Order: sequence, then structure tokens, then C-alpha cells
Amino acid sequence: MSLVPADLKYTASHEWLRLEADGTVTVGITDHAQEALGDLVYIELPEVGAHFAADKELAVVESVKAAADVYAPLSGTVTAVNQDAADAPESVNRDAYAAWLFKMKPDNAADFAGLLEPAAYQASADA
Amino acid sequence: MLKKTVLNAAHRALGARMVDFGGWDMPVNYGSQIEEHHAVRRDCGMFDVSHMCPIDIAGPAARAFLARLVANDVAKLRAPGKALYACMLNPSGGVVDDLIIYFLAEGRFRVVVNAGTADKDIRWMHDRLAEWKLDLAITPRRDLAMIAVQGPNARAKVWQVLPETEAATRELKPFFAVEAGDYFIASTGYTGEDGYEIMLPTERAEALWAALHAAGVAPCGLGARDTLRLEAGMNLYGQDMDENISPLDAGLAWTVSLDGDRDFVGRAALVATGQQRGFLGLVLLDKGVLRSHQTVLTAWGEGEITSGSFSPTLQQSIALARLPRGVAVGDEVHVLIRDKRLKAKVVKPVFARHGKALV
Repeated sequence: MSLVPADLKYTASHEWLRLEADGTVTVGITDHAQEALGDLVYIELPEVGAHFAADKELAVVESVKAAADVYAPLSGTVTAVNQDAADAPESVNRDAYAAWLFKMKPDNAADFAGLLEPAAYQASADA
Repeated sequence: MLKKTVLNAAHRALGARMVDFGGWDMPVNYGSQIEEHHAVRRDCGMFDVSHMCPIDIAGPAARAFLARLVANDVAKLRAPGKALYACMLNPSGGVVDDLIIYFLAEGRFRVVVNAGTADKDIRWMHDRLAEWKLDLAITPRRDLAMIAVQGPNARAKVWQVLPETEAATRELKPFFAVEAGDYFIASTGYTGEDGYEIMLPTERAEALWAALHAAGVAPCGLGARDTLRLEAGMNLYGQDMDENISPLDAGLAWTVSLDGDRDFVGRAALVATGQQRGFLGLVLLDKGVLRSHQTVLTAWGEGEITSGSFSPTLQQSIALARLPRGVAVGDEVHVLIRDKRLKAKVVKPVFARHGKALV
């Protein structure tokens, strides 16, 4: 059974988001995603400062068995990337909610409210 | 409806992540694929390979049948128990399947074929038999389960759990098999490590699996099996070769015997076409992961990766690739990954065996 913390928002494509006090969002992949992928061995992160429209591929996580795209959960500009996670991809397997991948400044702060609630994500991940 | 091996419930009880593999519901890992991989290179792991299909070929004409059926020459099988790796070809020289043939006694052979191709293979064998009108029986043995125990400590673990088989297997050389009571024990495998592949009646399989687990043998899924065979430079049917690929273009020339005038299916096509492509290993020098179907850019033209992954032993990405003739070991090539050109080195296609990196 994978973990779905109650204080985060989610996407159907298995990203999690946390709204920070400064208005940026921190993004990672869910526990369900890391479990489905298996041992991660490579993470390709976006450039800081790059702008992405919602649902565009912006990062790649690769496990021993497969490569998976990570999508921009909302439109915005990348403000930070977690190089520690890229240097140690297994940290995402250990704790997918601690090993964040990147932070974004949303174009439109209201977009955050439209993301999936934990229960809705759980239901979509189980489907 | 997916087919299940007799160990399906045992895999689920161990928390395996299950996948559809060639129509079979099989464990891909029991947690960490990389830990399972290391267990086999460093200690001992076990795989349920009961989805593969043993087929007994028995009768006075068994040897003559196999001599025409496969591209390797069963004349090499003289010592009882000896095993031979071979490709079964179509008339165009493409690979219908790759298989292992065990010679048990004159007129008695056992062939083991891949899971996803088993039905096709059995039909193919029956069709050839009808065409050649030989005196033998083809008997698929779905009444047998198969457990591969692999790793430097595999033999000791098997003897600990099945002490009654030790006397029969202690002197077993690599690539041989022996029948010990209800157990058919072969010193073959798909990992590049020592160990046994054990066939046994399905009703005994759960007990053996549980006893090996209790003895500390790590259950390993098809994920680790794939990275282990890739490091060992062993081909995977459907990926590295198929019905449209000649064994000569898949690094399997060593399994094709053109000595004498033995008339096996596909021979004329192989002789007429010869080798068109090279088949070599790649080690990625830049960061990323090599995957099948990625394009390889070389000084001699384009090639293609047929199998690629991350190598837990080498801690970098490796691949098997079909490349233009002319590309040589030591060359530097580029691989196109998501529109980027990443640097890779061409190596002999054996990356790690017996616990050691070889590149």
C-alpha cells in the first residue's frame, strides 16, 4: 500500500505538490510512482529559470526497468532543482516525499487549488 | 486470463510485484531489483522459471530430428547429460526461438524453450515432424516446475536443502544435467554465475521454494534476471533476435554449425546471406540509461540498441547493440537519447560474470 500524505496535492500522472509560504510549489513523484518504477538509477532535472506549460514533460526519472516522464503539474517557472536527488536517485525510493525534484513559481496561483486532493489521487492510482 | 505457475501464491505471499510476461503472471521483483541482482552476483538467489517449457523429444529418430531442427549440431552431444544452446530457424534463417537441448540418453532428449514462444515452438516441431516423417514423440512437460538457483553459493545451498542430490551433482561440469530421483538438475543458467536449474514435479515445487527461502536464498524476479543476463552478455529472444533476425546478426554465430553437409532448416539462407551486421556491447560514458530501440551513431552508419539497462555491477548503463560491420571494440560511438547525443564505448558483449566486472 503506497503512502498518500494528507497535506499534499497530486496529479493523475503521479506528481505530488506542496505549496510553500513564498508561493512556490515543491514537486516530486509519489510513493506509488517510485514503487511502480522500481529502483531508480537516473534522474534528469530541468534548468532553473525554464518556463513550462502545464502537462509538458520537464524531467525524466529512470529505473532499472523503465524511463518515465515527469510532467509540469501546472504552468510556471522552475525556481530550484534538487541536485541531491539526481546524484542519489535511490533517495526517491527511500522517501519519495522527502526527495523532492524541483520547485516552480506558478503563473497563476489559483491553479494549485485545481489539483487532486489525496483521496482523489488515491482513487485514481488504485484504478 | 494470465497463466500462473505453481509458485504464483508463494510469490504473492512474499510481496512480489507481478507483471504480465509473455502471457504469464510473473514476479518482476520482491522489493528491490538491484538488491536481488547483487544477491545473485555475491551470494545466492532463486528464480521461478516454470513458465519456460520443457519438451521431451524421445524415440529412435530423436537425434536425427534435432540435427535438422536447429542450427547448432547435436552431434556435439555425446556425453550423457551434456547440454547445447541452439537456435531453431525458419527457412529464411530467422530465429523461431533459442533453446537448450539436454542429451539424456540415446533416443531421449529434453529441450527447454521460452515461455512466450512455447505454443508456437511446439506447433513448429510437430509440423517439421509431419514433414520429415520420423519415429519420435514430442511431449511438452507442463507437469514440471523449474527453479533456477544461481550465485557463488548456489550449489552449497541446493545441497543443504536437497542433500540426496549432492552425490549426483557434486562432479557435474558446467552445461550438464543429471537426473536425481524426481529432480532433473542442470548446471545451466541465465545469470553468468554458477548454479543449477532444477526441474521437478509441480507438486513438489512449493516445498523446495520454501526450503530454499528458509536456507537464506533470496527470491529474485524477472527484473534481476534481465539485468543479470544482460551483464553476462546473453541474448533475450524477442529483443536481441526474432524471426526476422539471423543468428549471425545477433552475435550467435558460435551457435551455428556449418561443418559437413548437415541439412538444417535455415542453412541455405544463412550461407547465402552471411553476416550482415555486427553485434557488440556498449558502455555509456555520459549520464543516462541505454534502452532497446535507441539509435546508435557510428562512423560506419547507424545501429540500434537491442537490450539496454543500468548495470548494478558496473554502476553505469550498458547495452547490446546491432551495429554496422566495421565498428570495432574500443570505438567511441554516440547514442541518441531524447534528441541528445550521448557518448558510449564499444566493448565485447560480456560485461560481468562470476561476480566480477569484465569491462
